[in-house]
Parts: sequence; C-alpha cells; structure tokens
Amino acid sequence: MMTNPIPVRRLYRDPAHRAVAGVAAGIAEHLGAPVMLIRAAFVLLSTVYGLGAIMYAVFWAVLPLPAQATPARRNFLQLFSFLALGIGALLLVNQTGHDGMHIAVGWLAATVALGAGIIWHQADPKRRMRWSQTVPQMPWLGSVLDNDRRSYLLRFIGGGLLVIVGIIGAVAVGGVRLSGADLSSIAYGLLFAVIALAGVGLALAPVLWKMYMQLRDEREGRIREQERAELAAMIHDQVLHTLALIQRNAGDTKSVLRLARGQERSLRNWLYKSSASPTEKLSAALEEIAAEVEDTYAVAVETVIVGDLDVDEPVAALVAAAREALVNAGRHAKVSTVSLYAEVEPDCISVFIRDRGVGFELSTVEDDRHGVRGSIILRMTRHGGKAEVRSEPGDGTEVRLTMPINTEARRRRVPAND
Amino acid sequence: MTDETQRLRVFLVDDHAMFRAGVRAELGVHVDVVGEASAVPEAIQKIGVLEPDVVLLDVHMPDGGGRAVLDAMRRSHPHVRFLALSVSDAAEDVIGLIRAGARGYVTKTISPDELADAIRRVADGDAVFSPRLAGFVLDAFAARPDAPVADPELDQLTNREREVLRLLARGYAYKEIAKELYISIKTVETHVSNVLRKLQMSNRYELSRWAADRRLV
Repeated sequence: MMTNPIPVRRLYRDPAHRAVAGVAAGIAEHLGAPVMLIRAAFVLLSTVYGLGAIMYAVFWAVLPLPAQATPARRNFLQLFSFLALGIGALLLVNQTGHDGMHIAVGWLAATVALGAGIIWHQADPKRRMRWSQTVPQMPWLGSVLDNDRRSYLLRFIGGGLLVIVGIIGAVAVGGVRLSGADLSSIAYGLLFAVIALAGVGLALAPVLWKMYMQLRDEREGRIREQERAELAAMIHDQVLHTLALIQRNAGDTKSVLRLARGQERSLRNWLYKSSASPTEKLSAALEEIAAEVEDTYAVAVETVIVGDLDVDEPVAALVAAAREALVNAGRHAKVSTVSLYAEVEPDCISVFIRDRGVGFELSTVEDDRHGVRGSIILRMTRHGGKAEVRSEPGDGTEVRLTMPINTEARRRRVPAND
Repeated sequence: MTDETQRLRVFLVDDHAMFRAGVRAELGVHVDVVGEASAVPEAIQKIGVLEPDVVLLDVHMPDGGGRAVLDAMRRSHPHVRFLALSVSDAAEDVIGLIRAGARGYVTKTISPDELADAIRRVADGDAVFSPRLAGFVLDAFAARPDAPVADPELDQLTNREREVLRLLARGYAYKEIAKELYISIKTVETHVSNVLRKLQMSNRYELSRWAADRRLV
C-alpha cells in the first residue's frame, strides 16, 4: 500500500460520543459543526414525514466505524436518549393520530434500512469482536452473530426478512391509501414495484458482489493454472527432451549444435513471434526455410527480415530460390553461420544469402548441376526476377535475388516487427 | 608487452555466473576484465569505483535489468561506455537499451573475436549494431507515406546510411562494407554512429512506441 501524505477524510460513525449510534457525532466531527446542531437537524427533519428518522437509519446502516474505534462502554445516559426517542415517536403518533400512514411509512422505511444495514455490515470482521465486547453479559450473542457461515446465513435471512417486511408493509399501506382505483394507483403500484426491486437488490448486493469476486478469483486462478500447464508441457516436451538428447550426444559437436539451435529457435518462436503461416507471409516462409536448413545442415542461419508481404506465386518462387541458395551454403560452404537478409522495398523484394565459406568458381560449375543454374537463376528469371551469384574461392559466396513488385495490390507493405 | 596501459578495462554485468566465466575466459587475451557483477546494485556500486572503459551489460536481470544500471550511471559517469549483450531479439529490448544510452547491442551468440572487436569499437566512441539491430533500424526508419516526419535531420536516414545498414544486416563486417561501397572504414564508422544518434534522438512513431513499451519516454 502506498502511504498517502494527505490522509483521506472519510465519514465515520463516532461511537465514542454517541447518544444513539454515533451518527450525528460522526457527521459533526466530519463537518466541524457542533454536534447539537446536527442532532437538532435530525429531530426537525423527523417531523417531516419522519425523514430525519429515515435518514438517521440509513446513515447508521451505511457509515462504517473508524478502524481504531474503541467501543464505548455501555452508558446509562444512552438510556435517556432511547427513552426520548420513544417518547418523541409516541408524541408524533398522537399528534398525527388520525393519519398514522406517514408514521407507518417512516417506520417501515426505517425497518428496511435496519435490515439492509445488518446485511451490509456483516462484511466487517470486527463485528464479532465488537459484539462480544460491548455485550459482555451476553457472550452467546457474539457466537450467534459472529461471522461464521451459520450466523452469516442467519443474519442474512434476518436482514432480508426485515427488508421484505418493510417493503410489503409500505406497499400495503400505500395500497390501502390508494384503494380508490384510478390511473395514479397504477403509477404508485409501479413505483412500489421499483422500490421493492431496489430493496431486494440492496439486500442482495453484498452477496452478489462476494459471489462475483469469488468467481473472478476462480477464473483468474484457472487461467493461471492453464498457462502454467502449457509452459510445463512445453518445457517437458521440448526443453527436457532436447537436454537429454544433448547429454547423449555430448561427443558429437555437430548434433549438439543442431539440437541447441533448434531448441533455441522453437523457444524464441514461442516467446516472441506471432504465428503467421509460411504459406501466407514472406517473413514466415523465409523463417521456415531457414529453420529447415539449420536442422538439416547444422549451420546457424542469421535471419534478418525488413518488411513483409503476402505470398503469391512469384514470392513463392523467390522463397524456393532462397532455400536452394541456403542449402548450397549449408552443404558446400563449410561454415557454421550463413546470413539471410530480406527486405521488402516499395517496388521490389531483395533477398541476400551470404556465407564466408570456401566459395567456388562459377564457371567451373557443370551444366548438369541443377543447384545454382536451374533452381536459382532460371527460376528467378522465369518469374520476372533476377539472380546474381558472386563467389570467389576462399572468399565466400553471396547470392542476390530480386523480385519486382508489379501490381498495386501487392504493395501492401507491413512492418515485420509488430 | 609494453602496451599494458592501452589494454581496455572491461566490466561484466550478468546474472548468469556461467556466462560471466565464459566471457571472462574468452576475452582475457584481448582485454582486461577488471570486475564483474551479478546484480544491479552491485554493478552500480562497482562501476562507480572501478570506472571501466566499457561495461558489457546484460539486458534481462532482476531489479530492472541493464536499463536500471544505464539510468544510474549515464549521467554521473558519461565516459563509461555501455555495450548491451543479450539473448533477446525482441525489438523493444534492443531499441529500449539503445535509447537508454547503450552504444551498441550484440547477441550472446557472438564469437569471442567479434565481441572483442565490438568492445574496442564502443571504447573508441563508435556504435556496434548486430545484423538484427540493423534490420530493426531499417524497419523503424522505413519510408512510410503515413508516417509524418517532424525533424528530417533526425527522423530520416540518408541513402548512404541505409546502404551501410543493409550491408550490416547482410552480415558484412566494417572492412567488407568499406570495400563494397568504396569508402574508408572510418567513414563506415561515422555513418553507423550517425545512425545511433538518430536512433537515440528521433521521435519517430515506431521508436517512440518501442520506447513506450519499455517505459522509456
């Protein structure tokens, strides 16, 4: 967690200075107003359809206790405030006696808030402690209300019941009042239905949230497990296998080199490459032939490709010619490294295959040897391209292949390193 | 030998002891390996004390990797040159290290002679590009009609630089490039150094993107 230099001010209940539940004290503390003013405001508001009482109940349900709250000792002064509350309520009922509906709605709303509050608050692990500390005379209360599964269910059902009773009551009272069936009663019915749904939603929200979090954790866990399994399979099938083969062939430098190189390539592909198909993309096709030559002739092919484009017939011919040149280098040049460089330019593709091997005299290559002439030079010219072979004995060989890009459609040049 | 003072002082940073031992053995005949470190804080502390000519820097290490070492040393020790050495071929690793201030990038499969050559070149203030890095640069600086060029001086390569990079990507050594283009080796080195400068300074989209991938902006 980051340490925030400016403490975030949050609204808490203040149980240390409570008269009823510490709501007014908490608000007063937060606003920096005298606590009496807040209390007076609640009382005043209560005369308006019991709004103050409802607000108080909602605040009680919603506001958390401060983290380091020291629960106040049970205070007999509190008895007075509860007494005053009761008397006030009675007076209110008497005052508006003939029309008790407002009061009833107020009380029912308070019931809903209390039920929701019970459900919402049980996420707090400090509850259990608090219960057994504030009511030491009734230790069983702690065990009933503590947050093991049974009491969780109990409290959830209790809270839910309160919410439902409150809502049904509100609907019933409203229904009695509005029994004169007219258009507005339908509107009220709808309103009550919405209120009822909201109430149920309110009651269920913490449970649904908890379930959602659990599901998400589970899903994340499963994905992680899957990735781990995939990695384990790859390491087991490939890396360990290759290492075993290397140990068995430790004396044979060439096969050790080939095994190591092949494994390196497959790991690299696994780590970095997007899996384009060799039949679709030039870069993938060139990488495939490079891999094939590496495997067959135990040479390293340093492949560098700039740009990319889709494979069509001339490009396929270019790739085949490049393969032939690589095979020649791998077979005859007597080197450990061959360079393959390809660049897609706006109007042509260039491919260079170069080795620093023994080289040869081009004129001494016999006509019946298909390698250079047939597979490279003639193939390139047949598809409109050009091949050039530069070689000197002792100075290596370079094969240069160029293939023009003709039509606009083929000039879809995309970066290779995306 | 009397040129003991001219032997380059090289420092190794790599978290693989086997690799350090191998490089030390291979380079011993060419340069003085004055020290080595296996972790970032150790490297920062020792490089500050030893002040080597060239630091061979592994890209992937715990605690931020080679990048963390570069960030810590670059301002306080501008005369220490860094050559990144890695098994990774990923573009963002390569471009990232260069933009953080490394003067070159070679892969760990490089031969001992070539590595010694690269160290010498970096110590002289030149740049060292592996064929693959040359390929990345060509790709990143490719002329794209949709890519706006804010600063032509930095955001574009000259034809000559492009030719040099192409030959590098084709596996040519500097000497061979000089012969091929009928220029001196010194000129080849100048071209490569200019490309390095552009690589570090340019704000081309591709480079910024790679840099952003490594949170280098």
